[in-house]
Amino acid sequence: MSHSEETTITVLPPDKERIKKLWTVAGILGVITLIEFGVAFGVPHEMKDLRVWTFIIMTIVKAAYIVGEFMHLRHETKFLMWSILVPIVFIVWMLVAFVYEGMAIGDVRF
Amino acid sequence: MSHTSPVVVPAPGKTEWDGGVSPMNVSYGKLMMWFFLLSDAFTFSALLITYGLVRSAHQVYDGSVTNFIFSQTYWPIPEKVFASIPFFHGLNAPLVFVGIMTFILIMSSVTMVLAVEAGQRMDRKAVEKWMLWTILGGICFLSCQAWEWAHFIHGAEEGSAVAEGTKFFGANLRMNQYGPPDFADFFFFITGFHGFHVFSGVLLNFLIFYNTVTGVYQRRGHYEMVEKVGLYWHFVDLVWVFVFTFFYLV
Repeated sequence: MSHSEETTITVLPPDKERIKKLWTVAGILGVITLIEFGVAFGVPHEMKDLRVWTFIIMTIVKAAYIVGEFMHLRHETKFLMWSILVPIVFIVWMLVAFVYEGMAIGDVRF
Repeated sequence: MSHTSPVVVPAPGKTEWDGGVSPMNVSYGKLMMWFFLLSDAFTFSALLITYGLVRSAHQVYDGSVTNFIFSQTYWPIPEKVFASIPFFHGLNAPLVFVGIMTFILIMSSVTMVLAVEAGQRMDRKAVEKWMLWTILGGICFLSCQAWEWAHFIHGAEEGSAVAEGTKFFGANLRMNQYGPPDFADFFFFITGFHGFHVFSGVLLNFLIFYNTVTGVYQRRGHYEMVEKVGLYWHFVDLVWVFVFTFFYLV
């Protein structure tokens, strides 16, 4: 690092609104996680479908907040947002198809 | 030296796709990071989907939860496997430690986004502070994961009854006390692959922290590198949210 010039860069004050919003999102993520734990211990294992669907939906909500707000995708160009979101369809498709495959394999095996 | 933007807007009369501009209004580096993350999402999804396939091909334990014991014939109930906390030997605390790990990683994501916000204001001191907290969070998470692995490999008190009448403790890639071999294999592979991403993320974060401290981004005129590495770090957190759900909760 050689000689450093004295540059005049104005440091803007913190954007209180945005910081408050970020902490709100963090709080929402925390609350959702606590609800997940609540369901994990509160809802009996016999009600498997309710448990699994609750976890999946809450995870997707958390993912939406992380990607939309923390990664700022919701505020980017719509084209960019859809470039990322549309291919997710293939992941969901594979997930459903392969879990069904697995269950079929399990039926044959046992 | 003013605040230089890395985004190139179209010249008058030209459209976004006529070349020499930043399509989708983001810089090249940021766009490529997004597409890399999309590809990495497919890689992790491939692992998790395979896990879904293999797990649904195994038998499920159908007795009452209180009478659950480990067995090679059915997939274990995760909260029975992950029920320990460091320094509290013998305490049964299902999923508490992994909850702490999740909290640490989400908090480090929050400190990361605060670093990004500070960078956009050219506030170097604040960027340094928040990056340092993020790196600390990452190192904490890795340490916790290392303990999880060590405890998983070492095994819990009860062990698992084996055919010859002896007990098997702990886990390796061929056999484990908790359930079928696939259970340990997937645990190591998925959390290991994720942990490797956390590790590389910590290294990248440290590099960017070093660059911030030595004034590289101040001279460059923008802190977009903090944003790009922030995207990677949030992705790592996002993957953990999914791993946590599908491995520990479901």
